[in-house]
Amino acid sequence: MTSLLVGSISLATVFLFGSIGEIITEKAGHLNLGIPGIMCVGTAGGCLGVSLYMEMCNGNASWILLILVALVFAFAFAAIVGGIYALLTVSMHCNQNITGLAITTFGAGFTQFFIDTYVDRTHFDAASKVLSSSLPFASNLGWFGEVFLSYGIFVYFAIAVAIATTYFLNKTRAGLHLRAIGENPATADAAGINVTLYKYVAILVGSGIAGLGGMFYIMDYIGGSWENASTIEALGWLSVALVIFSMWKPHFSIIGSIIFACFYILAFKITGITFTQMALLKLLPYVITIIVLIATSVIGSKGVQPPAALGLNYFREER
Amino acid sequence: MGQITPVNQINKSFKIAERRIAVNRSVPAIELKNVTKRFGEVVANKNVNLSVNRGEILSLLGENGSGKTTLMNMISGIYYPDEGDIFIDGKLVNISSPKDAFEHGIGMIHQHFKLVDVFTAAQNIVLGVDDGKKFSIKKVNSRVKEIADKYGFEIDVKKKIYDMSVSEKQTIEIIKVLYRGADILILDEPTAVLTPQETVKLFAILKKMKEDGKSVIIITHKLNEVMEISDRVAILRKGEYIGTVNTAETNEKELTEMMVGKKVDLQIQRLKTDFDKPLLEIRDLSVKGDDGSVKIKDVSFYIRGGEILGVAGVAGCGQKELCEAVAGLRKIDSGLVMHKGESLIGLTPKQIIEKGVSMSFIPEDRLGMGLAPNFSITDNMMLKSYNDGKGPFVDRKTARKNAAALIKKLEIVTPSTETPIRRLSGGNVQKVLVGREIEAGPNVIVTAYPVRGLDINSSYVIYDILNEQKQKGTGILFIGEDLDVMLALCDKIMVLCHGKNMGIVHASKVTKEDIGLMMTGSKNLTEEKVYGKAKDSHLSEQEWEEKKTNTKEAED
Repeated sequence: MTSLLVGSISLATVFLFGSIGEIITEKAGHLNLGIPGIMCVGTAGGCLGVSLYMEMCNGNASWILLILVALVFAFAFAAIVGGIYALLTVSMHCNQNITGLAITTFGAGFTQFFIDTYVDRTHFDAASKVLSSSLPFASNLGWFGEVFLSYGIFVYFAIAVAIATTYFLNKTRAGLHLRAIGENPATADAAGINVTLYKYVAILVGSGIAGLGGMFYIMDYIGGSWENASTIEALGWLSVALVIFSMWKPHFSIIGSIIFACFYILAFKITGITFTQMALLKLLPYVITIIVLIATSVIGSKGVQPPAALGLNYFREER
Repeated sequence: MGQITPVNQINKSFKIAERRIAVNRSVPAIELKNVTKRFGEVVANKNVNLSVNRGEILSLLGENGSGKTTLMNMISGIYYPDEGDIFIDGKLVNISSPKDAFEHGIGMIHQHFKLVDVFTAAQNIVLGVDDGKKFSIKKVNSRVKEIADKYGFEIDVKKKIYDMSVSEKQTIEIIKVLYRGADILILDEPTAVLTPQETVKLFAILKKMKEDGKSVIIITHKLNEVMEISDRVAILRKGEYIGTVNTAETNEKELTEMMVGKKVDLQIQRLKTDFDKPLLEIRDLSVKGDDGSVKIKDVSFYIRGGEILGVAGVAGCGQKELCEAVAGLRKIDSGLVMHKGESLIGLTPKQIIEKGVSMSFIPEDRLGMGLAPNFSITDNMMLKSYNDGKGPFVDRKTARKNAAALIKKLEIVTPSTETPIRRLSGGNVQKVLVGREIEAGPNVIVTAYPVRGLDINSSYVIYDILNEQKQKGTGILFIGEDLDVMLALCDKIMVLCHGKNMGIVHASKVTKEDIGLMMTGSKNLTEEKVYGKAKDSHLSEQEWEEKKTNTKEAED
């Protein structure tokens, strides 16, 4: 039971990064279906950074520097791809769904090729050990230590980002402006808010945060091994679904991501089930997402609806 | 809104306002010189010259599509002029965004409110304001409350926009502009959605602002309002600037002629026709709104062929639900809707249309119901007739011919029959909608706000169409806003208050004041007499009762 919970919380971090990135983007009115691909590219960036740094220091990594390198590279790579999405949808008014899907297809393929071809994975084991090392006193505290303190730094970082995002959206002026843009960009524009700037920043930052999820999956969750990008893409789609499940509230995402992760790994933890049953179990997050969609639609309260202008590009002089 | 406190008390806290009030008053507050704006091939504004002084109210008058809103959007930074200059206090300025406009003290209250639905009043008001201080919604709440109290506005700062009435939303828009310390206020058709009483209050506030040295530009179609509120009137026609006149030296007739470019008869005719048997009979109708509350309660009325029945009431008193119930778009809770003695309840909207009942509802945003904005006039015409032809292909040729005929008849301003209607101005869009409904040759027309926001000339075209239909023996349910028009056009008027029938009166025998009292519920004629049950009904009273019990049993 404890191991299921510990595994869930760890995997949940992937979903949490992904869904917070998507929430920030959606709050600006942009449905970014490129998030799965962007998470892949974040992985590529993180892996490249780690391999370059490990090579430089010959395997003797400093904890803090390694974290910084992984963070910055993953964020930057993902944000660059987010920038392409922003350029296409914000400035050139391309259809958001099609742009997003193209980015996802591109991102997954690029990452597969990039890591296979250019990234030296010799030191990944060592790097992963450093990145996933738990807090020093965790082992002395029994089950409490195991459940709450046994994770790598990025798990706590993700939760901190989720809480900070909630605070940002609800308590700050910039957060209010961002939400206004997602609800009604024409209104925000008429109020003198720089809609284009906000959209770009939201998409870049959101993409960067999502990219951390992919990096975390490789460098922490599966311990530095690399097979293919399609797993990360699949997790990316779950992150997008999680946005709906958590009703566009980042702090709900913390719990939601753990639930999603729990369903996801339940399939591997239960022994003696067939492959088909396993696949069915993995479906559960999607099923509950659909249930949440139905529930919010039936309740019909305006408080739990997606941003009103989600998916619609804004062009000031359009009539 | 009530009592009003001098505006300058509020302005003391605004540095921008202080700086601007010190400016020389002999120079116009804002002046436009040779401003031109094009949208593709359409010239929306051509060489417009305009000036407004401090402490002055200027009316901007023009027909639909004459470019009034476009012009104001250029002042408020939504659009950028292709040619021409804008001067503020005699200085050439460059207004390239709404933010620039705020910095020059310009505030615009748009016709389509620019409010975020899921935000509170205070959140909407503070949107975009960066005073450099730490952001705290509590402080904003108290500041807004302060302004509202000083003006006597009654608002709940924590109320969400989606829970507000139209008049409340407008109040928020005005406070929003005041909060930013604007000295030049632009109001785009502010009275289109207000009751007579609310209009009076609004005008009192505008006059107060004028006394305080603010410049107000008001866009309106209602000539009596132009005469009442403004000092000067500027007239646009088809994007061109015609001229500015002093209100005191002109009259409604002259203004209309300047605006339309030809002489117009300002009389609405009430044609005499021979009334037939009741066409549409509604008995004890109750309907619920979207939120589950009762919107129409035990309303009975009937419409004869060749009769126009007006429905008066304040905004949101059940007009929309009534229309939708008749057209089969909304579930009926109880009661009967009979057309020539046959029940319409349970029929699909299509079957109801086939019986000859047509509905055209012009919502507040005009485009919301009945038309597809990206479709051309031809395509929109076909939306109703798509099923008439034989075979799998649509008959575009006939539709195009109909569209061309409609454009000619209603003088719709459009480059072609194939232009997407979202490119047309609001009034022209409306003509397409009403025109299409009548094209189908219905025997009952349900029309809500068909002249909403329309200029005089277009309004008269619509009235003429309705009268023409009336003469053909069509029964018309006319849900309107302007009581003067309803009194002139309708045969009878039913007054609704909170979804209840307050009585049905003959338009020729009632005063505007009486209807006003009934609208607010202070006068209820139904307490003395039963209204809305025709003596020569298709069914006897006994049959009515039987029908009612039958429907009830069917539901149980």
